[in-house]
Amino acid sequence: MSRAVVTGVGIAAPTGLGTAAYWAATVKGENGIGPITRFDASGYPARLAGEVPGFDPLDHLPSRLIPQTDRLTQLALVAADWSLADAGVQPKTLPEFGMGVITASSSGGFEFGQRELEKLWGKGPEHVSAYQSFAWFYAVNTGQISIRHGMRGPSGVLVTEQAGGLDAVAQARRQIRRGVGLLVTGGADASLCPWGWVAQLARGQVSTRTDPDRSYLPFDAEASGYVPGEGAALLVLEEAESARRNGRRVYGEIAGYGATFDPRPGSGRPPGLRRAMEIALADAEMAPADIDVIFADGAGLPEPDRQEAEAIQAVFTAPVPVTVPKAATGRLYSGGSALDLATALLSLAEGVIPPTPNVTDPVCDLELVTGRARTAPLRAALVLARGHGGFNSAMVVRAP
Amino acid sequence: MTLGQERRVVITGMGVTVPGGIGKKAFWELISSGRTATRAITFFDAAPYRSRVAAECDFDPVAAGLSKQEIRRMDRAAQFAVVCVDECLEDSGLEPDGLDPARVGTSVGTAVGCTMSLEEEYSVVSDAGRRWLVDHTYGVPHLFDYLVPSSIAAEVAWRVGAEGPAAVISTGCTSGLDAVGHACALIREGSADVMIAGAADAPISPITVACFDAIKATTPGNHAPERASRPFDRGRDGFVLGEGAAMFILEEREHALRRGAHVYAEIAGFATRCNAYHMTGLRPDGREMAEAIKLALAEARVDPADVDYINAHGSGTKQNDRHETAAYKRSLGHHAYTTPVSSIKSMVGHSLGAIGSIEIAASALAIQHDTVPPTANLHEPDPECDLDYVPLHAREWRTDVALSVGSGFGGFQSAMVLSGPERVNQ
Repeated sequence: MSRAVVTGVGIAAPTGLGTAAYWAATVKGENGIGPITRFDASGYPARLAGEVPGFDPLDHLPSRLIPQTDRLTQLALVAADWSLADAGVQPKTLPEFGMGVITASSSGGFEFGQRELEKLWGKGPEHVSAYQSFAWFYAVNTGQISIRHGMRGPSGVLVTEQAGGLDAVAQARRQIRRGVGLLVTGGADASLCPWGWVAQLARGQVSTRTDPDRSYLPFDAEASGYVPGEGAALLVLEEAESARRNGRRVYGEIAGYGATFDPRPGSGRPPGLRRAMEIALADAEMAPADIDVIFADGAGLPEPDRQEAEAIQAVFTAPVPVTVPKAATGRLYSGGSALDLATALLSLAEGVIPPTPNVTDPVCDLELVTGRARTAPLRAALVLARGHGGFNSAMVVRAP
Repeated sequence: MTLGQERRVVITGMGVTVPGGIGKKAFWELISSGRTATRAITFFDAAPYRSRVAAECDFDPVAAGLSKQEIRRMDRAAQFAVVCVDECLEDSGLEPDGLDPARVGTSVGTAVGCTMSLEEEYSVVSDAGRRWLVDHTYGVPHLFDYLVPSSIAAEVAWRVGAEGPAAVISTGCTSGLDAVGHACALIREGSADVMIAGAADAPISPITVACFDAIKATTPGNHAPERASRPFDRGRDGFVLGEGAAMFILEEREHALRRGAHVYAEIAGFATRCNAYHMTGLRPDGREMAEAIKLALAEARVDPADVDYINAHGSGTKQNDRHETAAYKRSLGHHAYTTPVSSIKSMVGHSLGAIGSIEIAASALAIQHDTVPPTANLHEPDPECDLDYVPLHAREWRTDVALSVGSGFGGFQSAMVLSGPERVNQ
């Protein structure tokens, strides 16, 4: 079976715009969480978020695209551009049906949607923008990226909340195996507007703490919820042999993947994360001992953190380093698991395990990497993601 | 892998909720009769809107068997989906208790997710659009489930106790085809033996009606709602927004044959392509849709000459129906002229992401009944649409192979090939 490798990475994250800035901040454990500036959050019980700093879409995109796109799509388009540039790919020189786009998004262009809802309800239907017909829906990023780069091959869009970034990449790998040459894939989310904020607060899991360094503390004794963020991570996926022939830099191989769904609440059956890991390892034809680092989901709440730690302990009987760099960005939903995957690939390439920022008192019996980054030769990483409602995904990436 | 060991996918159960018919029996009666279920919008006061016609479901969630709590927490689209799950599960004869939950997956298509509940809740927290800083104290507990529509797949999975891979597929108006296509891929690769797959949408709310008004995609034919959806007709002037769902039990063929299940059809081929042209516009040549059709036929090992019926996207917009007609000619050659093509959107409207699955159901039923549903309201064909669109009346027609096609915003073009039980046994 043909193998799928990552040859390009594009990142727009709260801790850095662009891969270099992001990686430098991530290795140092710099915190990207801060008070919300996008709107006046003083009246809400939670007031911290991971915002992408200094992002002006006009610096990166043609002005005609701005009025028709939500910030979500602007971040996704820019990250896609950067991933292709990083891979050294010029899409116009490649077969149009041999390139596809598969992305994940959890909430679509929500800020755009709020503005149009306000016009509709406040002023009347004739004030609603024509762009509302596509700017907010979940498929918008795939559509816009495919248009921008002339990619006419198989495309797709997945919604599995936080697990979406991994599920999209898995879908892209299926297409590589079917003979498609190149896919732009990953996830993006951004709903830091009042309406999106209130919808996120309704989940009851958003941290109401006010100290950015003590707000999102996965696996910590003081875990009290998560901080939402915004951002995008897009990858270029290519078939291994063709990547080699074209002299691409290979970050790593998407070696294994498993997805499960948790049992119906109240069924008493065991949760599905452990099984997702086992499926992913079997798919990669690897043993737990082959994994050198785990990028955990890190819900930031005692019960789901305990469940995740238990699942990891059940599969990994020998200690393996676990890290949650997203403690510095907040949870970016579909963008978050894609960003974790990108971070895992960068770790493999650099031989560095970035720390879990801010966590000082880990309570789960895991070898959680806190404080400083660790240098180590890394052969393979396991990335975990859990989506609201019960979606579990696990992905194994292997160094080239 | 040799041909004999290939995992194949069959439909063994079906549940349908559409305007004018709850349940697959009522659905088939409606679309084989040529009656239309389009009407003046009743869900809200549509007076200020350009298009005031829709195809609405007369759906009573209590009568459909949902509990008070289920009704409270689920958006209308999710309600449609789970009611269809109940029907398709019973139809399949599968006993959920006898299945290994790990081998049962979920794939649900939706274009706009829980948009109806989102808008309703927005109107409250914003006090009818008066507050940009919306009031969180009025947020209902299930608002996050409306924000992220993977909640619909979660409801479907819980309904059956499925613990295999689960996802919402949201590729706009091809979601219903793509979700079933995704489910087939999971069965074929061995990730599941049974998939609960299909699609649901409930988009008839002010914001959706307003945004289609803004681009004049929906019909202004308010004077005669029952004749407003007119695919391929010279006088067509836009689509009629609809709602509904269809869900299927898909099984790996051996799994189905072992238990002696009734097989509607095999999903023999599927492909999707993107036009990379415009978020809402189509190039008239139909090149990418033709490419998807050719690939789906190749995967199914079906010659263009062997396609008995095409269930068209046929939305009834000027550009779509020409685009699609061109795509059929480009992919099937002269066979395009002798193959019956029809659009059930003439009767049940365009339910965005759901319609792709509803049309798969129509295609499977056409195979079962050897009858092709008609294109209602087609009195005077557009000269540029010069194929056999089965106007007005259903046609008895030997149908072993059906092609179901979808096209949507974002540029998505998808095609699926269904083949009847005779081929399944080969």
